[in-house]
Amino acid sequence: MAAGPVVLVDAGGANIASLKFALARLGRESLFTADEATIRSASHVIIPGVGAAADAMARLQANGLDRLIPELRQPILGICLGMQLLFEGSDEDHARCLGILPGQAHRFTPAPGRPVPQMGWNALVPRAQHPLLEGVADEAYVYFVHSYALPVSRHTVASANYGEEFAALVASENFHGAQFHPERSGPVGERILKNFLDL
Amino acid sequence: MLTRRIIPCLDVRDGRVVKGVQFRNHEDVGGILELARRYRERGADELVFYDITASPEGRQVDRSWVNRVAEVLDLPFCVAGGIRSVADAEEVLNLGADKISINSPALADPDLINRLSRRFGAQCVVIGIDSLAADADWQVYQYTGDPDRTQAARRRTLDWVREVQDRGAGEIVLNCMNSDGVRQGYDIEQLARVRECCDVPLIASGGAGTEQHFLDVFEQANVDGALAASVFHKGLIDILALKRWLAERGVAMRLLEDPADG
Repeated sequence: MAAGPVVLVDAGGANIASLKFALARLGRESLFTADEATIRSASHVIIPGVGAAADAMARLQANGLDRLIPELRQPILGICLGMQLLFEGSDEDHARCLGILPGQAHRFTPAPGRPVPQMGWNALVPRAQHPLLEGVADEAYVYFVHSYALPVSRHTVASANYGEEFAALVASENFHGAQFHPERSGPVGERILKNFLDL
Repeated sequence: MLTRRIIPCLDVRDGRVVKGVQFRNHEDVGGILELARRYRERGADELVFYDITASPEGRQVDRSWVNRVAEVLDLPFCVAGGIRSVADAEEVLNLGADKISINSPALADPDLINRLSRRFGAQCVVIGIDSLAADADWQVYQYTGDPDRTQAARRRTLDWVREVQDRGAGEIVLNCMNSDGVRQGYDIEQLARVRECCDVPLIASGGAGTEQHFLDVFEQANVDGALAASVFHKGLIDILALKRWLAERGVAMRLLEDPADG
């Protein structure tokens, strides 16, 4: 286990408690901060996200974190909006994001029987072998709450289907993203979080 | 495929879970954490906690229990009751709730929906609607937690459903007051009508009595989730058995292994 704390990056969203508790259940304390030095010292960095992409990016920029995050070398996990921030941009308010991964988040189109936001439990379809999926059964259900999604790409480790296939779990070098909420996805989510902490 | 959700609703008063019949005559059915844990083990997809006394009495509520729920629960949960401002919502979300649900305060100040949605995102903002059949239509009621203050909100339910979506609601819980607490089935006709003008997730509430009622509301009203209280609290329906029964009949369900199966 690397030295240093698990750090949750303050990107302006509320609702950090559920993630802190989920990490505590795995035996890891976590710090919620926008401080550059603290983030640099972390063993693992998590970018949580509830809210709007443009607001979150403005918050990161205000603290210089838009420059820091792409330079980080420890394992990083963006959750929900935090995952979308890793990509080039989002159609939500035409936000420009961190551009670490290629791709643009687009809004789901509502259709009969397919309300937006997607809210609820959907099945993960593995697309590549990855340590994050260690011990996770095929078609395991995880909890999603989102209106915007990334298309499947070569960085997609697992996808899910909501009228279209979209990226549910992504990885590129030390950067990872979960479109779902592992901290709210029961034992499956707990396993994925544990796998991340074991990286 | 996205699964349909089974959602136990826990009415909270003074730190205990209670259940009334048509909002009256509340009886104690257990501790908050004890019930939350039990429903998690039985495969609930989400929980709703509704502080039934907060909104009508206009008092400040002790919400420390929200933090204790977040500590033990690895499922999403929503807190309703007594949330009247962005600051109230922020407190509840920071304590660990995933969503906040507002009802009467949204009727008194509809712009609150816009402010909440802008601040936290639509996915956090659930609008609860208490609706009663009247004159071949449906009308919204407010302050339903207190029979002495319950009154018509002078809004058609279908109009309000459209308005709250325009203002940024991320989910609607429709509580059909005619059927609430009497376990004769969900109000399929009303829910199907609301579904037609609801592009966000729609949760049915009020009337669950049998497994068949859940099947009917998913098949005939195409709701995303079904909320129920007394049938679960009283042990009349086991969530795990219900979800298996629904899955056998073609309803998409997240199934868990039954710990009792070993």
